[in-house]
Amino acid sequence: MIKTVDLHKSFIIEGQPEPLHVLKGVNEHIEKGEVVSIIGPSGGGKSTFLRCLNLLEVPEKGQIFFEGVDITAKGIDIDVHRQKMGMVFQHFNVFPHLSVAENITLAPVLTKKKTQAEADEMAKELLARVGLLDKWSEHPGRLSGGQKQRLAIVRALAMEPDVMLFDEPTSALDPEMVGEVLDVIKDLVKSGMTCVIVTHEMGFCREVSDRVLFMDGGNIAEEGTPEQVFNHPQNPRTAEFLSKVLY
Amino acid sequence: MSFFSNIVKIMSKYWRVFLIRGVGYTLALTSITVFFGAILGIFICLARMSKSKVLNSIALNLGEIVRGTPMLLQLYVFYLGLPRLFPGIPTFVSVSIGFILNSACYVSEVFRSGIQAVDKGQTEAARSLGLSGKQTMTKIVLPQAIKNILPALGNEFITITKDTSLASTFFVGEVMTSYLIVKGNTFLTMECLFIVAVIYYVMTLILNRVVGRMERRMRTSD
Ligand SMILES: Nc1ncnc2c1ncn2[C@@H]1O[C@H](COP(=O)(O)OP(=O)(O)O)[C@@H](O)[C@H]1O
Ligand SMILES: [Mg+2]
Repeated sequence: MIKTVDLHKSFIIEGQPEPLHVLKGVNEHIEKGEVVSIIGPSGGGKSTFLRCLNLLEVPEKGQIFFEGVDITAKGIDIDVHRQKMGMVFQHFNVFPHLSVAENITLAPVLTKKKTQAEADEMAKELLARVGLLDKWSEHPGRLSGGQKQRLAIVRALAMEPDVMLFDEPTSALDPEMVGEVLDVIKDLVKSGMTCVIVTHEMGFCREVSDRVLFMDGGNIAEEGTPEQVFNHPQNPRTAEFLSKVLY
Repeated sequence: MSFFSNIVKIMSKYWRVFLIRGVGYTLALTSITVFFGAILGIFICLARMSKSKVLNSIALNLGEIVRGTPMLLQLYVFYLGLPRLFPGIPTFVSVSIGFILNSACYVSEVFRSGIQAVDKGQTEAARSLGLSGKQTMTKIVLPQAIKNILPALGNEFITITKDTSLASTFFVGEVMTSYLIVKGNTFLTMECLFIVAVIYYVMTLILNRVVGRMERRMRTSD
């Protein structure tokens, strides 16, 4: 579904003579239906890698194939491909000037995937699914963090994506709201959605992942099933990281 | 007190010059400046934010020239220069154009900072849904930026109201020109200055109220 070949990304930082080399040739293949979690120390490049997948960050070298198409090729209309990749951000990024319903229906209607009536119908179903139907005409400013993130998830789902990308979806939440958001993601996983999830929730990661990537220093330092990575890490850096986060 | 009885006398004879002509011209000049300045400001802002290096540097340099020279000098340039290009152009128009260009440069920065103040995450979320750059700008960024921009535009209106007094140099007819006319007829300089000061003060007081109310409404509609 998504394949990256020798992905490099550097950031030019003002006042620094050398660009910061963040991704150092990442090769990865995410299969259809797979749930892949990315763990690793802060600054290791997890977000940058995830954001490269839908070209929110443009890599300076390497290729990204999405459903067989090289989306890094010249002349590609990235908007069309992004419509098939949902993304959920750490800080929700719900649209504060739109109602909850409009947050969901805006993109499907603007991209001509749906008429307003069809989009409304779908928004109703999605909101009911995450327990927010009663917030239909509220503005997001009135929602709690957990509710905002659930809204952000269904906003992405309304585009009927083939893959969902999550960047630390619960890191900005108060502890009591983490569960409600993780439950929504678990449901999504059950429905067979392909997911790439950057997370620090190790229990959750273990439970839902088919595969875990440990990212450190701009590369995938280790990967395997949750059982392999959590119980028998091969790379000492993985072991060290896990010992820190798993007490 | 002869000072205040003089004021009463001046006003009973010249109130039309101050309150109809003067205030009328001031508000007209201000409205024209802010309206067309905002429109031109949008284009300067677009040029400033565009990827084209040429447009970018034109907008940047224009802004620096306008901010780096006195407004009165700019007005002189238009007052003297435009009639050479367009003979017979009325002074009011030449001077207005000077004000418009000046205001447009300031306002373009107001637009730019209002747009940049919108969280980058909003753009990222919109683009990640597959919206185009243009759709993102019109449906997500601008509706939020307007809340930053409108109050600042209101303040620009107040600033311009006072700045239009510079137009009296060219006898355009606004409140400060009224002062020159009435002072010339009555020789009561201090009394006339006092009247003009009160007029400006009341005008900006009212405008401040309006802008304040607008700001409050913007905030509550979040
Ligand atoms: N837009 C950016 N500009 C400059 N540096 C950045 C930018 N985004 C990320 N970085 C840097 O890249 C490195 C990797 O960041 P990131 O991918 O966010 O790591 P992680 O998500 O694993 O914590 C960090 O050192 C971070 O400061
Ligand atoms: Mg991150």
